[in-house]
Amino acid sequence: MDIYLLEAIINGLLLGGVLALLSLGLNLIFGVIDVVWICYAEVVMAAMYAVFWLYTAWHWPLLLACVAAIAFATLLGLLVHVIVIEPILGSAPINQLLATGGLLFFLQSLATLLFGTDFRNLGIRLPVLELGGIFISFARLIAFGVALIGAVGLYLFLARTYLGTAIRAIAQDRDVMGLMGANERRIYIITSAIGGGLAGLAACLLVLQYDVHPFIGLTFGPITFMVCVLGGLGNMIGGFIAAFVISQIIAVGGYYFPIEAAEVLAFVFFIVMILIRPQGFLGK
Amino acid sequence: MSVPRDVRLGLYLPLAGVVVAPFFLSDYFLHLAVQIAIWSLVYTAWALMGRFRLTSLGHGAFLGVGAYVPTLLWNNFGVTPWLGIPIAMALSVALALIVGYPSSRQKVVGHYFALITLALGQVVMLVIIAARDVTGGSLGMTPRTVGRSWYALQLPNKAEFYVVALAAWLIGLVVWRLVERGMIRLALEAVAEDEDAAEAAGVDVLREKLKITALSTGLTALGGALYAQYLMYLSPDAMAGVGISLEIVFAAIAGGMYNMLGPTVGAAFTILLTEGLRVLFGTHFVGAANTIYGALLIMFIIFMPRGIVGTAERLWTRPRRPTAPAAPQAAE
Amino acid sequence: MAALLTLDGVSAGYGSFAALFDILLEVEHGEAVGVVGPNGAGKTTLMRVISGLLRPQSGRILLEGESLAGAPAYRVVAAGIAHVPENRRLFPRLTVEENLRMGAYLPAARRAFAERVAWVYELFPRLRERRRQMAGTLSGGEQQMVAIGRALMSKPKLLLMDEPSAGLAPLVVEQVFELVKRIRAEGFTVLIVEQNVRQVLAVVDRAYLLETGRIKLAGSAAALQQNPVIQRSYLGL
Repeated sequence: MDIYLLEAIINGLLLGGVLALLSLGLNLIFGVIDVVWICYAEVVMAAMYAVFWLYTAWHWPLLLACVAAIAFATLLGLLVHVIVIEPILGSAPINQLLATGGLLFFLQSLATLLFGTDFRNLGIRLPVLELGGIFISFARLIAFGVALIGAVGLYLFLARTYLGTAIRAIAQDRDVMGLMGANERRIYIITSAIGGGLAGLAACLLVLQYDVHPFIGLTFGPITFMVCVLGGLGNMIGGFIAAFVISQIIAVGGYYFPIEAAEVLAFVFFIVMILIRPQGFLGK
Repeated sequence: MSVPRDVRLGLYLPLAGVVVAPFFLSDYFLHLAVQIAIWSLVYTAWALMGRFRLTSLGHGAFLGVGAYVPTLLWNNFGVTPWLGIPIAMALSVALALIVGYPSSRQKVVGHYFALITLALGQVVMLVIIAARDVTGGSLGMTPRTVGRSWYALQLPNKAEFYVVALAAWLIGLVVWRLVERGMIRLALEAVAEDEDAAEAAGVDVLREKLKITALSTGLTALGGALYAQYLMYLSPDAMAGVGISLEIVFAAIAGGMYNMLGPTVGAAFTILLTEGLRVLFGTHFVGAANTIYGALLIMFIIFMPRGIVGTAERLWTRPRRPTAPAAPQAAE
Repeated sequence: MAALLTLDGVSAGYGSFAALFDILLEVEHGEAVGVVGPNGAGKTTLMRVISGLLRPQSGRILLEGESLAGAPAYRVVAAGIAHVPENRRLFPRLTVEENLRMGAYLPAARRAFAERVAWVYELFPRLRERRRQMAGTLSGGEQQMVAIGRALMSKPKLLLMDEPSAGLAPLVVEQVFELVKRIRAEGFTVLIVEQNVRQVLAVVDRAYLLETGRIKLAGSAAALQQNPVIQRSYLGL
């Protein structure tokens, strides 16, 4: 096989890890609360700025800055639910989606106000590994590894703990979870906070690879939604698989075509898939 | 919603005044008025679908087709926009139907509909960027200028362009009125309420949805074309993509997507607000204006889902006719 | 000592639609009480009001003398009332054991989980075999066992059962009423709402007749079985 194609495939796989992490967060929130956060990628953007700011301006150690950014994103997720979603929980789901769309503008503009429109980066250059002629960015390798650890951690939490099981249960039947003695509101808030935390983790991985600017959410937000819908909204396993399918289409497509063409290919694939199987490829 | 005749007159007279006034004001106000007229058309076009719960987050796609196709035809083949714009509208409708037909067949609604249209907007934007050899990619492009020319629809005199924009705006309102009065409104309201029940009652759901989709996307392309002809500059960020798609949605909602003049009020509101905030903050605080704008949007959706006009109408009619039946609760 | 559960003048409904009028009802410690009546009489509404899923419009609901009216569902569970909902309402994509785990969601119940789950498995050995199976794949009777087991996990003072026989085959209905007897034998207080009048009167001590949102008759199970109205309308005699 062509060595550059192999490199593209491997890079696609590594990109898939972060996409999978993002889709997990979004699907978790959708599955439990039935809300699509259109501003999810902007939460990531905010956390990327947090890492950037703590690391370059306050000279915190990178790891500490990342932990703080995750905490910040967790809080942000909680606030999104309490301030924006909760007041309109009873109205049409599309209104909730649109309200988070307003939040998208808000976060973007606030970032512009605070940091300007310049592209910022941490100024860290991680080494590139060479393995038999294939070049792999170390940052991507780390991102892939941590994303997988994050996914496994989420899985264990959902599978093994009372709270995690309750989160899965409430996604299946809202009313009855109250009859089990669970406070629905509390579970929603915790779920939103976890969703925010996952966005924060993704932000730490992305800020190692990409420059941050106020509109960065628009570059990978749509891809994340595409991944989630393709896997079936709310279906975490489906989204996880879809992340790797989409990232392969982009990576391998980008090997044969210009990168935008590869993304167009991914979106067209998405639209076609949805029209054939609107419930996602793992849907019933 | 039948408003008494005297109220209507009281509404239309000042409106006519507002419409005519820019002719007598400075270029700056004409500039604002042209923008308001063009975006009113686009928002009205969006609301044609939005009011029936077909919440498209991808109208940027049709705006983009409308903007780029006439310019590409003009620059490369010398085709007049008078021909280029209808072609762009037809292509836009075709694109909408290619996606709309199967998605209506599959009964894609709600979140899924929103996200598919979002993807469509992204596709058009990426295609424009990818075709950078002819479109200039992210850097944008300009129509080949020939000075003032009706043939090329290049009218540096803002008053002249304002006439064109007003005509287009009126076309949008006429279409709205026809939909409002037609069977299609009843059919689509039934569909928005309960698609299966509407189908069982004999509504050709597919046909009605495609009809409104065609009207909405065709008019959006017209708006995109005029905007490009007016600015004489096209860029994928301003004419396609997620950002502009969401702006369309929000302005229409802010104004009130259930009323004929709602989207127009939305256009005036958002453009004047943005302009006002820009003047207020100047260039010192880039983003401050939009931050406030974003916060206002959230509050609109939470507290006034029927928008400015819808809310005003309720406040207006409620005390006078307390026994009047409530307007359909489509947004709640 | 106050009765375990007291409903005093409870009215409830949905919006402007009233479903229950001025309900007076008592359940003593250790009793099994039935509420019978036709479809649409307000039986499920009654259950929803007691378990906090629906706020009463007026009246008092007392558990051992403490007011419960208006408390959200999770508080009512914590106070000691567990609800086996109509149509069981299991979490279909959780395993049997995970469903039981959710029944023990309250902190006190969590601590006693191991002991109680063993006891539920003893009560329903069938569930031990199926513990790793998804609840949605079980048969109707088995699902009812899980639903009852799930409610018992919180060791409630009062067990509410809403139409336990609904949607089940006649043979399975027999088994379900056997389950109810076993739960009684374990010493639980049970309030059971049923359309299946004959069978419910065979397992309860007392019963109320609910029609169009009002209590029409009350008495011991034996007395109601002999009541001409009940015999004619509900027992087909």
